[in-house]
Amino acid sequence: MSLLELKNVYKIYGDLHALDDVSLKVEKGEWVSIMGPSGSGKSTMMNIIGCMDKPSKGEVLLDGVDISKESKKNLTNIRRDKIGLIFQQFHLVNYLTAVENVMLAQYYHSIPDEKEALEALERVGLGDRAKHLPSQLSGGEQQRVCVARALINYPEVILADEPTGNLDEANEEIVVELFHKLHNEGTTLIVVTHDPEVAEVAQRTLVLRSGKLSKEIVNENFTGKIHFD
Amino acid sequence: MKKRKMFIRMITASLMRRRSRMIVALLSIAIGATILSGLVSIYYDVPRQMGAQFRNYGANMIFTGEDGSLGLDEVIAGEKKIDPAELVGAAPYRYENVRINDIPVVAAGTDPQGVQKTSPYWRVEGSWFSGGGELLVGASVAESFRIKSGDVIDVSFTPAAQEDESGEEEFVMDNFKTFTVMGILQTGGSEENYIYMSLDDLRELTGTEGSIDVAELSVSAGQEELSAYIDAINSGVKGVHASLVKRVTASEATVLTKLQALVLLVTIVVLALTMICVATTMTAVVAERRKEIGLRKAIGASDKSIIQEFMGESMLLGLLGGALGSVLGYVFAQQVSINVFSSSISFRPVLVPVTVIASIAVTGISSLMPIRSATDVDPAMVLKGE
Repeated sequence: MSLLELKNVYKIYGDLHALDDVSLKVEKGEWVSIMGPSGSGKSTMMNIIGCMDKPSKGEVLLDGVDISKESKKNLTNIRRDKIGLIFQQFHLVNYLTAVENVMLAQYYHSIPDEKEALEALERVGLGDRAKHLPSQLSGGEQQRVCVARALINYPEVILADEPTGNLDEANEEIVVELFHKLHNEGTTLIVVTHDPEVAEVAQRTLVLRSGKLSKEIVNENFTGKIHFD
Repeated sequence: MKKRKMFIRMITASLMRRRSRMIVALLSIAIGATILSGLVSIYYDVPRQMGAQFRNYGANMIFTGEDGSLGLDEVIAGEKKIDPAELVGAAPYRYENVRINDIPVVAAGTDPQGVQKTSPYWRVEGSWFSGGGELLVGASVAESFRIKSGDVIDVSFTPAAQEDESGEEEFVMDNFKTFTVMGILQTGGSEENYIYMSLDDLRELTGTEGSIDVAELSVSAGQEELSAYIDAINSGVKGVHASLVKRVTASEATVLTKLQALVLLVTIVVLALTMICVATTMTAVVAERRKEIGLRKAIGASDKSIIQEFMGESMLLGLLGGALGSVLGYVFAQQVSINVFSSSISFRPVLVPVTVIASIAVTGISSLMPIRSATDVDPAMVLKGE
């Protein structure tokens, strides 16, 4: 059974077909990029996979559960338990420190554990910045806090929306390197991006155009090795 | 337990690290709490304050004899029924017809200290009288006899004639006593028609024990308490008939009721204004934090936990504002009391928890609507925005 499966999914706003008969599968442990120009339906797809929106038609199976039929409340629970979200805008709570932001995800999920949160920050190389507020961190560091927060509850899948969109090249490399690390540890990654450089390091790239899947590129050279050390 | 710790850590971080924002909310709550606790202090202190003020207008209770005669001992027995802390003063009066230069005038024997307390509005030119041949002369008497303070005058009294064996009245000599006029009394009322001396002096002048005609008492108490005293005295003290000076007590009660109603009305208006102010502030706080709410929901917060967090924050604000307000409220009430009533207010410890709880409740209730609207935030919409 695939971890994620979309079967003939539509999302229709009036006359606009934001998603138009999309079907795809993502296997456990896979690293998939979703690419496309703006307006191609990437965000809509991201929202549906992220349990923040429901399709107009079709089935979305996450870990065998059809999330297109679930109530808003259940969707919150599924999102909390199975999905780790990473956003383009970093989105940290600005009055909580880095470690507290990571603990926030634990708080909503189960029980906050400061030690574990600190370890997660160490994994993303921010062990010494744990007590800093987001305003005292650089963009790259903030995004790494988001990565630590996304993976703290051991989600089934990490869903990243333009994770490097607001980062400079050096920080982009750090984040991509982190993705490699997570992939090697068996985490399923779905990365929405319009940056070909970020997209092509994945195992597979799905290209969306006008709400339809137009192309699928398999990365023949994918080794799974960490590129930067 | 650990979860609760994180909850407290979050809401204190929100208040402490967003200080400039929160200070505005805290101030609006604290000002509301200040006015609230100040006004409640004043509300409860008004009867005491006004009671003391009203006591300047004279006695509010009188004792008379049941059969026309009243002994000093009976008056004292009656006074004992009244809480000494509430008894401002008592003055017994014994009236006798005496003569000055052979012209009749009414002399009142009384307790000089008692009168000073029951009739604080008496204005005296010269000095106050005490026992030992000292006299206070009413202004109209003084005018008729051209008496001024410092004069030494003789006052005479004609004892009742006794009948001899033949049935004819025996001739009796007048009693004389020399008095020093200490002061001239001006009240603008009938008190100016009398001369005042101590009871002992009057006894010496008349040569008889006599009886008290009336005793005036000034009691600092509410109307209900006064009525209770009246009942206790009338049923418990033989020979004394106590009654209220209705003119005084009824107008006291009317003024008090109106004043308290006014304070209550102002308190309610302030409470309503505080609620509007807090609700507005909380609406602004929620609007400003839509993104944060969206983020929290995106990473798995339920509506319930969003409500809990914001409610926790606003109640903590209510607690701090209430604590601050109860201290400032005392200062406020004290200032009002000193400036309006010229006396200090007593600190009521019970007002501290009452203010804090009221402040938490008001903040909680007025935050309810804005916080409920916080749960409508759609995480997908908010997180997309630049």
